Amino acid sequence: MIFQELFGWIGDPAHWQGQDGVPNRMLEHLGYTLLSVFGAAAIAIPLGLYVGHTGRGGVVLVGLSNAMRALPTLGLVTFLFLIAGGSEAGTIVGLIVLAIPPILAGTYSGVQDTDRGVVDAARGMGMTGWQRLWQVEVPNALPLLMGGLRNAALQVVATASVAAYVGLGGLGRLLLDGLRVIDYSKVLAGALFIALLAVLLDLVLAGLQRIIVPRGLRVAAAAVAGRTKVKSSGRNES
Amino acid sequence: MFEDLSRYLSSTSNQELVLTQLLQHVYLSLLPLVIGLALAIPLGWLAHRHRAASGIVFGFSNAIYTVPSLALFVVIPVVLGTQILDSVNVVVALTVYTTALLVRPVCDALDAVPFHVVAAATAMGYRPLRRFVTVELPLSVPVLSAGVRVASVSNISLVSVGALIGTGGLGVLFTSGFQISYTAPIVVGIVLTLVLALVVDMVLVGLRRALTPWLRAGGTT
Repeated sequence: MIFQELFGWIGDPAHWQGQDGVPNRMLEHLGYTLLSVFGAAAIAIPLGLYVGHTGRGGVVLVGLSNAMRALPTLGLVTFLFLIAGGSEAGTIVGLIVLAIPPILAGTYSGVQDTDRGVVDAARGMGMTGWQRLWQVEVPNALPLLMGGLRNAALQVVATASVAAYVGLGGLGRLLLDGLRVIDYSKVLAGALFIALLAVLLDLVLAGLQRIIVPRGLRVAAAAVAGRTKVKSSGRNES
Repeated sequence: MFEDLSRYLSSTSNQELVLTQLLQHVYLSLLPLVIGLALAIPLGWLAHRHRAASGIVFGFSNAIYTVPSLALFVVIPVVLGTQILDSVNVVVALTVYTTALLVRPVCDALDAVPFHVVAAATAMGYRPLRRFVTVELPLSVPVLSAGVRVASVSNISLVSVGALIGTGGLGVLFTSGFQISYTAPIVVGIVLTLVLALVVDMVLVGLRRALTPWLRAGGTT
């Protein structure tokens, strides 16, 4: 039975030590992920805020980030790895390119979806452009922005496995090394730990989202949800 | 760089390889799109009709989306008992992803159909199934097509990961190029993937226009 073998593999203390042990591979995987997501956020958040705030270049930006989504990560990672002379940097750049579109889309649409009436009120109160951006648009954009960030993190965790293909570490090693010697329990353990890491990271980001999204927005969202609930139950009765 | 590319593309055996893998890529990415859409429509309908079911359906589809593609590619042969190098694995894996990705757009699209139109159809004596196929589904195309476009791009870029476990598609150009440290096939593969995604997207936009003649005929109301 494959699951018994899987638990046998996970239970073997030899698989939890040294460079090829699960903890080390998991840390490497987490390292690639955080580096790529932070790198992508450093590019995509300012760009998304700028375009969302000024309204300039929105069409170009959306088109460009959709085209970027079609870029095959494996091709990009192998290409950049060869170009960069076999260094880790090439792989990280490939993963950054993968993480940019969701963060960019989240930031841009978050600012864009901010209630125009609220922004106009802020303008009427005499707020400058910077004040409107930081005190009105950014707080309102946070739910969608964090959604984009969570999407990007999920994608990078899943795709960082390809880093193992070009000879780097991470949990992808378990998958690919296991495949090479047809050791399915190792392959399955790799898949399991990657999924586990994805879920844990998403939970952490969801917690962060709860902390940084202003309470007023949650109250407003709950009010809207409550209203539609009333409306839809009314529809069912009629 | 460009000399490398033209030298690579001038060889007939390379041309044949690129063409075969391109066709394989089209097949491996579009078949799951069609099957996935066919599966997502009843599931999305379920989530649209029964709010209690929507929690389960959406929770499940979110969970599936956290499973990494490479992991799914290697787990499916173990579950299904197929050969590890069988391209069926890629088709099944991408079908699962497509279904998970499309359930929410299907539900949103059905929600967006104006209630008075559905009520009018009911009043005219349409049975639920006929009403769904001839009224609700056609009217949901504008919202639904956006989801299908996202799924097609995602499938086209995911198929190349299959090359890591030895199935076909343009990803073969990446692995074979990488093994001999030769960038020309990798560049060809990346460019063709982008072109393919663009062409499929244009076809889908054309299809949506053909299926929604009323959007062009009337004004904005």
